[in-house]
Amino acid sequence: MTTVSKSARDFVAPHVRGLPKSGIRDFFDIVAGRKDVISLGIGEPDFQTPWHIREKAIESIERGATRYTSNLGTPELRQALAGYMRQSFRAEYDWASEILVTVGVSEAFDLAVRALLSPGDEVLYHEPCFVAYAPLIRMAHGVPVAVLNREDTEALADFAIRHDLVLISDEVYSELTYEGGRFSMAAIPRLRDRLVFLNGFSKAWSMTGFRLGYVCAPAPLTDAMMKIHQFGMMCASSTSQIAGLEALGHGESDIEKMRDSYHLRRNFIVASLNEMGLDCFMPRGAFYVFPSIQSTGLSSQEFALRLLNECSVACVPGSAFGACGAGFLRCAYATGMDQLKEAMERMAAFVKRL
Amino acid sequence: MDPLLGLLKKNARESDATLAKELATTPEDIRARIAAYEKEGIIRAFQAVVNEDRLETTDVRAVIELRIRPEREGGFDRVATRISKFPQVESMFLMSGAYDLLLFVKGQSLQEVASFVSARLAPLDGVLSTATHFMLKTYKDQGVLMESEPHDDRLQVCP
Ligand SMILES: Cc1ncc(COP(=O)(O)O)c(C=O)c1O
Repeated sequence: MTTVSKSARDFVAPHVRGLPKSGIRDFFDIVAGRKDVISLGIGEPDFQTPWHIREKAIESIERGATRYTSNLGTPELRQALAGYMRQSFRAEYDWASEILVTVGVSEAFDLAVRALLSPGDEVLYHEPCFVAYAPLIRMAHGVPVAVLNREDTEALADFAIRHDLVLISDEVYSELTYEGGRFSMAAIPRLRDRLVFLNGFSKAWSMTGFRLGYVCAPAPLTDAMMKIHQFGMMCASSTSQIAGLEALGHGESDIEKMRDSYHLRRNFIVASLNEMGLDCFMPRGAFYVFPSIQSTGLSSQEFALRLLNECSVACVPGSAFGACGAGFLRCAYATGMDQLKEAMERMAAFVKRL
Repeated sequence: MDPLLGLLKKNARESDATLAKELATTPEDIRARIAAYEKEGIIRAFQAVVNEDRLETTDVRAVIELRIRPEREGGFDRVATRISKFPQVESMFLMSGAYDLLLFVKGQSLQEVASFVSARLAPLDGVLSTATHFMLKTYKDQGVLMESEPHDDRLQVCP
């Protein structure tokens, strides 16, 4: 009697097999290994992590502070985070029961949807958006429902209250806003009992590789997320937590310098794109622009591929960030001015040739 | 400080068109502002930052600490102004602390710098003492690292 054994592929759970790979990943594979490419596809700050933050991390390793920490994160860091929330948004969170330190906002989002969703629950989210939302919602057995929202934050708050919903707010770019005024959902008191606030150190302090984030939420929700985190992750890296504490304590001027620099680059890239006839909205935060390439008659995929092949400039097709991103291109400007200038020159010449 | 000055200090050769885009204004406005700064004496010069260590010269540079006697009228200014006019002096500052003037001096050889100090500076009326330190290697000058930063090792595409 012979049995046909399964191939390795067959062991993979069907719902994971069916999960599409990130469109970013596809494009990464195309760009990888090519020389002389100027990449505007990098959603990561180009600045080095400020030296005093790296130094603190080094010093902690020398001292041997390399153990597990409390599952929730070190008390010092959570206390500092509570202080940061109070100072920045007048939001009161109890450091002992309402703040959880995570491995980046990525893990924080994963925890939130896993702790909140029952199978089949629908999650409304805005598109275009960060590539991880829909897949993580699916992995948590929820149903992602993309919406295009133009509501302002107050209207969104009213909507959540009217329909008795919980709101997950990913504010990883909250420090990088250019038209003044830091705003947060955490600053709206009537949302407090239904808000899961996510933030992290990756973008504000250029600490992507440290993988450090956190979530603030009412105690029962924090407790639920903590259960998953404690079994799946134990705790965030102790070295990173020490670096994060230093960033919160002494990193105000670092952010300011980087923010000023992104601000100028944003002005430059938006003006350059509009000048070459690619309609571009002036974003008020983060470090991405999303110009329309509809006037060229090409699809986002075609435009991005030809731009790469003919001019060695890499931008990600807008469609990688949701179906409604078709006809747009995503360009990150977390790249030095010299490269931005060169990229804009090449791109202008390319558009002219079309 | 006007952000235009910050940008020019980083790269004085930046085109007016690029500066205008960064600062959300017009090239004409940029040219007018630069002209005004030059007229007011706020912008004193546009220079290149050169890594002198890489040049095939025997030039030496030194830092000199100078103690001088303040005068009843004018304090340090008269002597200081006189010293600043020597072409050998590249930069010069009035300091607080253990000495009064800090000079950055350049010469074609050790001997030349040494004799500048002993024959020109030290005998000046009002100069009390000098201490000369020769520079051996430049790591950073005017905010510019002399070695390029390591290659950008970020992934080429990421969320
Ligand atoms: C909107 C958004 N949220 C979260 C993340 C991931 O952040 P972290 O590095 O903290 O996991 C990113 C990274 O690109 C992002 O753009």
